[in-house]
Amino acid sequence: MELDADDIFRDDEDYAESQRSLLEDESTKEYVVYLVDASPKMFNTICPAQEHQNLQTYFHIAISCISQTLKTQIISRSYDQVAICFFNTREKKNLQGLNSVFVFTVPEREFLDRPTARLIKEFDQLEESFSKHIGSQHGIVSDTRENSLYNAIWAAQALLRKGSAKTVDKRILLFTNDDDPFGSIKGAAKSDMIRMTLQRAKDAQDLGISIELLPLSCSDEVFKVSQFYADLIGLQGDDLVDFIPAAGNKLEDMKDQLRKRMFTKRIVKRLKFTIVNGISIELNSYALIRHTVPGAITWLDSVTNCPLKNERTFICADTGALVEEPTRRFLPYKNQNITFLMKQLSEVKRVSTGHLHLLGFKPMSCLRDYYNLKPSTFLYPSDEGTDSSMCIFIALHRSMIQLNRFAVAFSGSSSRPQLVALIAQEEVVQSGSQIEPPGMHMIYLPYSDDIRLVEERYSDTSGMVTKASSDQIKRAADLIKRVDLKDFSVCQFTNPALQRHYAVLQALALEENDIPEMKDETLPDEEGLARPGVVRALEEFKTSVYGDNYDEENEQGIGKPTEASKKRKANAEFATKECEQYDWGELADTGKLKDLTVVELKYYLTAHNLPLTGKKEALISRILSDMGK
Amino acid sequence: MPPIKEALLLLLDVGPSMHSVLPEIEKACSLLVQKKLIYSKNDEVGIVLFGTEDTDNELTTEVGGYQHVVVLKNSKVVDGDIVEALQHLPRGTTDGDFVDAVIVGMDLLIKKFGQTNKGKKRICLITNAQCPIKESYEGTKEEQVTTIAKQLTAHGMKMESIIFRGKLCQDANKGIMDENDRLLNIFSKETSTRLLYLENPISLFGALRTRNITLVTVFRGDLEFSPKLGIKVMVYKKTAEEKFPTLKKYSDKAPPNDKFATREVKIDYEYKSSEDPDKFVPPDQRIRGYPYGPQIVPLSTSEWDAVKFLPEKGVKLLGFTDSSNVFRHHYMKDVYVFLPQPGNTRSILAVSALARAMKEMDKVAILRCVWKQGQANVVIGVLTPNLSDKENIPDSFYLNVLPFAEDVREFQFPSFSNFPASWLPNGQQLEAAANLVKALDLAPDGQEEVLLPDFTANPVLERFYRFLEQKSKDPDVAVPPLDDILKKITEPDADLLLQNKSVIDSFCRSFELKGNPLKKSRRLFGGKRSFSNDEEVKENITAESANLIENASVKVEKIGDLTPAQDFEALISRRDSPDWVVKAINEMKNKIFDLVEDSHEGDNYPKALECLVVLRKGCILEQEPKQFNDFLKHLCNFCQEKSLHSFCQYLASKDLTLISKTEAVDSDVTDEDAKSFLVKSEPKVE
Repeated sequence: MELDADDIFRDDEDYAESQRSLLEDESTKEYVVYLVDASPKMFNTICPAQEHQNLQTYFHIAISCISQTLKTQIISRSYDQVAICFFNTREKKNLQGLNSVFVFTVPEREFLDRPTARLIKEFDQLEESFSKHIGSQHGIVSDTRENSLYNAIWAAQALLRKGSAKTVDKRILLFTNDDDPFGSIKGAAKSDMIRMTLQRAKDAQDLGISIELLPLSCSDEVFKVSQFYADLIGLQGDDLVDFIPAAGNKLEDMKDQLRKRMFTKRIVKRLKFTIVNGISIELNSYALIRHTVPGAITWLDSVTNCPLKNERTFICADTGALVEEPTRRFLPYKNQNITFLMKQLSEVKRVSTGHLHLLGFKPMSCLRDYYNLKPSTFLYPSDEGTDSSMCIFIALHRSMIQLNRFAVAFSGSSSRPQLVALIAQEEVVQSGSQIEPPGMHMIYLPYSDDIRLVEERYSDTSGMVTKASSDQIKRAADLIKRVDLKDFSVCQFTNPALQRHYAVLQALALEENDIPEMKDETLPDEEGLARPGVVRALEEFKTSVYGDNYDEENEQGIGKPTEASKKRKANAEFATKECEQYDWGELADTGKLKDLTVVELKYYLTAHNLPLTGKKEALISRILSDMGK
Repeated sequence: MPPIKEALLLLLDVGPSMHSVLPEIEKACSLLVQKKLIYSKNDEVGIVLFGTEDTDNELTTEVGGYQHVVVLKNSKVVDGDIVEALQHLPRGTTDGDFVDAVIVGMDLLIKKFGQTNKGKKRICLITNAQCPIKESYEGTKEEQVTTIAKQLTAHGMKMESIIFRGKLCQDANKGIMDENDRLLNIFSKETSTRLLYLENPISLFGALRTRNITLVTVFRGDLEFSPKLGIKVMVYKKTAEEKFPTLKKYSDKAPPNDKFATREVKIDYEYKSSEDPDKFVPPDQRIRGYPYGPQIVPLSTSEWDAVKFLPEKGVKLLGFTDSSNVFRHHYMKDVYVFLPQPGNTRSILAVSALARAMKEMDKVAILRCVWKQGQANVVIGVLTPNLSDKENIPDSFYLNVLPFAEDVREFQFPSFSNFPASWLPNGQQLEAAANLVKALDLAPDGQEEVLLPDFTANPVLERFYRFLEQKSKDPDVAVPPLDDILKKITEPDADLLLQNKSVIDSFCRSFELKGNPLKKSRRLFGGKRSFSNDEEVKENITAESANLIENASVKVEKIGDLTPAQDFEALISRRDSPDWVVKAINEMKNKIFDLVEDSHEGDNYPKALECLVVLRKGCILEQEPKQFNDFLKHLCNFCQEKSLHSFCQYLASKDLTLISKTEAVDSDVTDEDAKSFLVKSEPKVE
């Protein structure tokens, strides 16, 4: 079967979305320098009070977060470029020859470049060899005028010199657990060094580079941002409050927090939400949930493995002449071809002037489970608005939660204008980490023609169907209690098809022979279901609904073949009979298979239960491979 | 196989009480026929009107009676003529009798099709059912209707009824309406079809199903609980987006008078070697490359088949969980419905028991679905109960697809509670917002829910098909405006706004439109880039916000009146010329003087202090302590001369001091002197 890898994963409706996200990735590149403190303090183990068996260093946490991010990045945003830079190191490796700064990379890759399979692999193994090849050492010592932090920012800024700030987002992510890097220095030298470092950071920021701090800390040792770093990253007043992360109690929380903070929020669209009487507020929309699909395939020359250029030409079907991409479309209607200009079509689709118009509110119970077509979009007030527009948003948000209502609005997007439900989402924080951000989710509502009346089509013609008795419901309830997933969360499963896809690619990219076996997390918990309590509940439910003759009932269910399956069966029998009249082995050996007709070839395929699709050559090769020739 | 054709008979009430909604009925019905012209050209449609002035039907000539029923179009394959007829329905003059119309319609279908075409014959009745039905000759009206309904079923006809009861129906006779409703209910039950009551003309467009889609199972088989228990189910799509019709690319190369020209454009793809642009690469020399970072990994289809993920077909239960563990916004795609196998009593019971138990306990089920063999991915979905309130419809489930871990992007957003007080609504504002939420109620108690998705038609498609029809008559016609009724989907209802004018006004008053911009003048260079790919967005950015962006990106050149402290900081840290430091300090000094001098009863003091503090900090940073110390001394003298000694007191109370030697090496003031300067200067005043 001819299937594109992306087609397998992609439905029609995903297509436009994936195209868009592809575009987004190319036009909004991001260059990131991961600046990791490698001072001896980073190699302290975390919070000796807990988790004795599992002592991890701060350094390890930083490294594993970066490693995880690289793995996500190579899949979803491979156009972004990264550099990994350590400071407070014994060895030095950087363009300017600065002390105590070490930029890590692998062959065939520049310092700041797209992540490669090799980078990920070697970075994973870096920790073991770190002390040997790079080494840790305090870079800020009182006697010398050395300032490793200064050097590090300078080196990072130099790495980010390429690319225009207009088209590329440039960021430095600084990992450290030392809230007072100049603590060991005294007197005027200290203030001097601080001033120099701050100026360095400010110069970088003036060049359009944002510096973000990812402080590593745990509950018994709070990272004091105000000590030094608040000035470095340019935090003032209010920002400081919302910056300081709640120190996690658990190691995992800290990792989680860092990982989340390493992503930049990408705005999909800026929206104007018109409420009433011309009052409107500015919102940003974000795609928090979207199908992740493997990247688009590229055709290669099978001999040289070089990429091929794809050229598209338009040919007039009637005259065979080459034409420009046509600007008109047509639809056969009432025995004539009605033509439209593209301009007219987009005018037809423009039914609303603004972006989002509030129409009213409904109780949450009106939002039925089948009102869904595609992933939701998240809305959060834009910082381009005013404090009163922020105030309106929060007031509506609170009122909607309190009154248990959602807003109905009309979204006048150019691709598909439609009704949307806006659900106010309260912030959910679990052990110091934000699980659900506060804001509104925009759910796209279907139109009447998008909803199918399936239940009614299959309603019972005798006029009555039996509903379950209270005893049967009770048995079902017992069963539900037994098979309870307590801490279910939607993100707990990774997509096995995607994992497999990338595991294969990674192995091939690194020229490894073994493809690692992936565990399919989505399979049911066989062991759990085999527990006596569960089995008993299942049996009781079965007996109460099916009586003693469950197996019989099921046999009967299969026993009634439909028209289509009868026909299919008859076809298969016929093909098997026909198939026996040929000496396939002989035909194959003498190369005479190509002399048979497609119909004849399909006898073999049907009889052997093989797919029937493809061109004649494909059928022949399928037959040959089935016979092992 | 020839396409299966459907025969649809529209029974339309055109009596006087219907006149007000006839324009909507005309539009909705012609839209239905137009879609048939595109998607199911072989379907047949007939039109029977009742409540007309005339009488024209075969039954009346054959047996008499059946007055005021007109067969406008006998059932025939859809064409432009039917569209035309529906767009110009005559206005009737008498009260219609829908039972007569049903009999005429049934007779018409029986004569045309006999016993053939079973299940593909549909009658659609649109009336307000508020006019009395004639007494029947034999038995009660109920008995008569039951007989007719049984006849319909026997001939494989379905009948759905759309009853429009707008606000105009309030003065109609309640008794007659109730009786009619009972009769209609018999039809609905006997032929197991829909009976809809509508109040709002918007709903009329949506209530009339304009497309007849053949339902195809996504999956049929067991919903597996364990290897030992499976419930037989059939899975269908419950929602699927109706797309804009696919238009073909048009070529004008063929001569315009060529009747057989297809006008189509073929697209040809050619693969060329990147090194040698003249070299074509035939299909068998091509191999797929999959991107992995910058690398492209070649992999042939057969290799890929050998290693790819291939799950077994089947729908398996993973477990149940609290419904609160699954958020509504995690639903990813269009929705599936799980029906028990029709006719299988045990499956119906099992589904019913589970659905009801889940509903009671507020639980949902998590399933892993592989719909067909060879499907290359799995689907994790949440199964929610759908309890039926009709006795002939079994309970069922809906399934929504959930995201995988890879599909969720965990962006962090600032918590509202951390915002400064000026961004947060006060009690009065909250109340105004709550009143607004309550007032703009689209689902008021006891009334029809407005904009119910099930009855809301797609305004874009309606507009397109209307344009199409107009274009078929006049190729140069302009795009028609959006239908007035459908406009109500895109804009708030003016009546609703008018009714709640006081609430809306108080809402507007509570939130003054002009506020302070949220974004502070940051040190960061420029604003964030916009990722918008929508032209409209740019048009709609208001002039106000455009100014805002400008402000943020333009570099500060002088110290303004609004935010002198910030301006000073920006100015003194400008690196493009050393002159800025001097300029900043001088301008700041003048500014502070002005502030103190213009102060009325100390109202500018806090601002002046703020400026002094930043000036002090700036002078320390730039190693210019003398500048500050001299200025502060000068300022104090000035205050004493102008008898503004309250300012000096104010400064002393805020612990503002000279810059000492420890703070800046170049200072000639000791720590002691620095601290005591203002304190000392005070007694002098007396």
